[in-house]
Amino acid sequence: MVRVSPAPISYGQLEALVARPADGAVVSFYGVVRDHSGDLQVEALEYEAYVPMAERELTGIVEEARQRWDAGQIAVLHRIGHLRVGEISVAIAVGAEHRAAAFGACSFVIEAIKSRVPVWKREIGPQGARWVGAEH
Amino acid sequence: MGASGAKRRLGEGTEMLRVRVHLFGALREAAGERQGELDLEPGATAGDVKAAAESRWPGLRGHLGGVALAVNLEYAVVDRVLADGDEVALIPPVSGG
Repeated sequence: MVRVSPAPISYGQLEALVARPADGAVVSFYGVVRDHSGDLQVEALEYEAYVPMAERELTGIVEEARQRWDAGQIAVLHRIGHLRVGEISVAIAVGAEHRAAAFGACSFVIEAIKSRVPVWKREIGPQGARWVGAEH
Repeated sequence: MGASGAKRRLGEGTEMLRVRVHLFGALREAAGERQGELDLEPGATAGDVKAAAESRWPGLRGHLGGVALAVNLEYAVVDRVLADGDEVALIPPVSGG
């Protein structure tokens, strides 16, 4: 299950969805808005996505992760819109028979999200706003 | 390099192709629009969309260097030949997570 939407994400939202009776491990990752970026204060992040492509990319990433790591079910949520400090921007849960597959697949999914899923964020702070990854 | 920003109208009976272009993030702000339709010459490629987009949205000039392309929801190489009705996206460096 993958979804990109403005719906708020809660801790513990995904784990029960991915756990099968054959699984001995469930690993989850939550990406959270932090209050700084380098030396700059951050008050909020604004995320936007090319939603249909982002969900398609996520579906492919999940399938790749399952095959590479022999993982079971994987669920991914990415939030878009205005997120304040402490809110969850991304959540991933992986079930697998063994922990190495669950950790490996979870790490693979977040790294792949950061490298190729069409989502963008803008940092909002007292000094103004700037798109991350668009310094030029 | 077949596309030309100078061609804007579909003439009667011509084989020009029309694509919808989507802009995101810093590019959306620089252009002042989220999407628009561009008319391209037959045989135009995904890479040609950059020049055509700069003509349509001058604010994009100088911003398309590290920008990737997607056609119909998939990343595309610059020499991907476009078809009428394709959905093309200009993808600035992503920063999700």
